[in-house]
Amino acid sequence: MKYKDYYQVLGVERDAGTDAIKKAYRKLAHKYHPDVSKDPAGEEKFKEIADAYQTLKDPEKRAAYDQLGRYQSGQEFRPPPDWSRQFGDTQFSTDDIDLADLFAGLAGRRPHAERRGGTFQMPGQDYEVTAHITLDEASRGTTVDLRLTVPEYDQQGRVHRVERTFKARIPKGATDGQRLRLRGKGGKGLGGAPDGDLYLNIALHPHALYRVSGHDLYLDLPLTPWEAALGAVVEVPTLGGSVRLKVPAGTHAGQKLRLARRGLPKPSEGEGDLYAIVQIAVPTVLSERERALFEELAKGSSFNPRGHFEQEIRHET
Amino acid sequence: MKLEQADVMWLDAHCECSIAELVRLSGLSEAELRELVDYGALAPLNPQEAEWTFSGDIVLTVQAAGRLRDDLELDARTLALTLTLLKRVRELEAQIGELRAQLPR
Repeated sequence: MKYKDYYQVLGVERDAGTDAIKKAYRKLAHKYHPDVSKDPAGEEKFKEIADAYQTLKDPEKRAAYDQLGRYQSGQEFRPPPDWSRQFGDTQFSTDDIDLADLFAGLAGRRPHAERRGGTFQMPGQDYEVTAHITLDEASRGTTVDLRLTVPEYDQQGRVHRVERTFKARIPKGATDGQRLRLRGKGGKGLGGAPDGDLYLNIALHPHALYRVSGHDLYLDLPLTPWEAALGAVVEVPTLGGSVRLKVPAGTHAGQKLRLARRGLPKPSEGEGDLYAIVQIAVPTVLSERERALFEELAKGSSFNPRGHFEQEIRHET
Repeated sequence: MKLEQADVMWLDAHCECSIAELVRLSGLSEAELRELVDYGALAPLNPQEAEWTFSGDIVLTVQAAGRLRDDLELDARTLALTLTLLKRVRELEAQIGELRAQLPR
């Protein structure tokens, strides 16, 4: 088992009073709580802070923690031989648990545990895991293999850290940031209590062509100046294969051309849309013929895209 | 579509959730959930009826509420304000995401 210096985690002295511990916890919790923090490492950091606080705020647990001795953070250690007899009534192996499990497993302090009719009851834990899938997988639906290391309690209420693997079917309709609940696929409930649920956070891998917003997709559509000016029919790749898109004459850069129902399928019914965002691409190297044609166009055209500048300035002054 | 009956469920506006199920999923009591409704942080689909049902996408909000209450020791009024502000943040993030998706690479 690896040692964690809970005093260091909270940034308090080893002789800090309960109020100082609570104050330090609140300050850090406000900063790192995963529901309010945008820090990518916030969740892990908050878990460490919460574990430290759960132990140090309880005088009995704090005494038990202090009795473990002092080590460097991350250093392998074993509790003193008489420690579990002194502070708990359960036997445990220190190989398959971490420090937080050790304190959560102290007698009478298991979360949400209760005795009913002499039977030890505890609902199964909810698990939460992120499933990274591709846009194509989201579009068709997919099955993902997930691996989680979770604390589990046996029938005697002893905690073990076990690796669990899940095969989870993600139906079509997923998009970035969406949540899927798999009922009863979390930790096993004890003594007849219900099993926990498994929550899948869907994270889409970035795609080389498409950007995702909800179930809509956005694609850059480069057009030549003459395609934009004259109109054209161009091939556009979609998740379901290429389609021909009619670009109207006089299309300008930044214009959104909508391909209805060519986005991601929605969970219930229907599909999002695909938007082609027009970019006007100009050749960086011109052949002699191209240069001559552009020069001829420049001479012959009266088009002035900056005509409004002068008008607007006059209006402002 | 009832959340209780399905094994695999997208948590979105297409499923409905009873107040009893929200209690089970969030760890909040029914009284706390009703207080959050009173403060305007949660809105049932059928506020006029005795048995409230909620849109399935509210599950994530009430689970966050349960965690915030436990971890930050917030009372119902502060929790309601926090949820309202978090909702505003999520809406703004969604708008930023949509605008970002429209920016050329």
